[in-house]
Amino acid sequence: MTTGILQRAILILMSGLIGLSMPVLAAEVPSMTLVIHDGQFQPDKLMLPSGVKIKLIVKNQDDLPAEFESYELSREVIVPAHKDVSLYIGPLDPGSYPYFNDLNHAMTGNVVVEQSGKKAN
Amino acid sequence: MLATAVILFREVLEAALVISILLGASRDIPGRSRWVAGGIGLGLLGALIVAALATKAASFFTGDGQAMLNAVVLLCAVAMLTWHNVWMSAHGRQLAHEIKSAGAEINAGQRPVTALLLIPFAAVMREGTETILFLWAIAADGEHRFSMLLGGLAGATGGILVGMLLYRGLLRIPGRYFFTVTSWLILLLASGLAAQAAGFLNQVGVLPAWGNGIWNTSGILSQSGLPGQLLHILIGYIARPSGIEITFYLGTLMTTWLLMQTVGRGSGRAVSSV
Repeated sequence: MTTGILQRAILILMSGLIGLSMPVLAAEVPSMTLVIHDGQFQPDKLMLPSGVKIKLIVKNQDDLPAEFESYELSREVIVPAHKDVSLYIGPLDPGSYPYFNDLNHAMTGNVVVEQSGKKAN
Repeated sequence: MLATAVILFREVLEAALVISILLGASRDIPGRSRWVAGGIGLGLLGALIVAALATKAASFFTGDGQAMLNAVVLLCAVAMLTWHNVWMSAHGRQLAHEIKSAGAEINAGQRPVTALLLIPFAAVMREGTETILFLWAIAADGEHRFSMLLGGLAGATGGILVGMLLYRGLLRIPGRYFFTVTSWLILLLASGLAAQAAGFLNQVGVLPAWGNGIWNTSGILSQSGLPGQLLHILIGYIARPSGIEITFYLGTLMTTWLLMQTVGRGSGRAVSSV
C-alpha cells in the first residue's frame, strides 16, 4: 500500500515537471554574451541593471571544457570546448555576484548589478 | 597536478558521501551492496554517454538540455531517497530484529531495491559527466598528461576515503540512535538535492526565482571553503538561496517527514498489535 501511494506521488511529480517544461518562454528576454578565451572570462565584469531577467550566453573558445559556476547566483553549467550554452540569471538586487570556472578556479569574474530604479523582487 | 587532484577530489567526494550515507542507512537490507554496486556501474555508463553527447550532439547540451537532465536526475534521487526513508521507517526496526533473531528471508519485492540502484546511479552520473569531460580534455591535451592523470587518481582516491570514513562512522552509531541519525541524514540530503533541482529549473527559466538571495550568509560560511562545501553536499547549505530553492527544500523536508510519521507509526501499531 505504501508503495502504491508513493508511486502515484512520483508519477504526479514527474507529470507536473513535464507539464511545467511545456510552455515555451515566449517573453523576449535581453541577452548578454560572456566569452571564455585564453583561460579567461571576457569581460570579467558583467554590468547588469537590477530587477531585470537576462539570458546569458557563454561561449567557450578554448580547447578545454569549462564549468560556469556561481554560488551567489546559484548557477552551474558545463560549457564544452568550442561550444556555446545559455542560461537565465536574475532579476537581481544591486550588488556583486562572483562567478568562476569550476574546472579551473583561477578563472573568475563578477556580475555587477547596478540600481535601475526597478525593484528586483 | 594539484589542481587536477582538487577537482577530482571534489567531484568524487559528492557521490561518495551520498553513497556512504545510503550504504549506512540500508545496512540491514539483504543484498544491498549488489544493487548499490550496480547503480554505480550504470552511473559511470550514463556519465560516459552524456559526456559523449556533450561533445558530439552539441544541440542536446546547449545549456537547457543539460540543466533539465540535472533537474530530472536530482528529482528522481529525491523521490527515491524519500521512498527509502519512508520504507525504512516502516520496516527498518523490524528488519534489524528479524535478521538478529531468525535470519528470516525477506521478500525481494518488498525491499526498496529500485532506490538502492537509482540513488547511486544519479549521484555517479551527475558528478561523473563533468569528471569525464575534464579527464578527456587533459588526456587529449598535453605534455603534463601523466602527472595530471596521477593527480586525478590521487584526488579520486581521497574522495572515496572520506566517504569510507563517513560510512565507518555511521556504523559506529549505537543501535537505538541509528535509525534516527541515518533517516535525518537522508531527509536533509534529499531536501538539499530538491533545492538544487529548483536552482536548475530556474536556470532554464522553467520556474521563477521568487526572489534571488533571500538571505546571504557567504560572509559567515562561504560555499567555496571546504566546510561550506561539505555542508552543501550533506544538508544542502546554500549561502545565498533564492525563494524557489527555499520552497523546494522546506517542501521536501516537510512532505518526507510527514510521510515517515504517518507510514512509520501506522506499521508500528500493526506490529505491536500482532
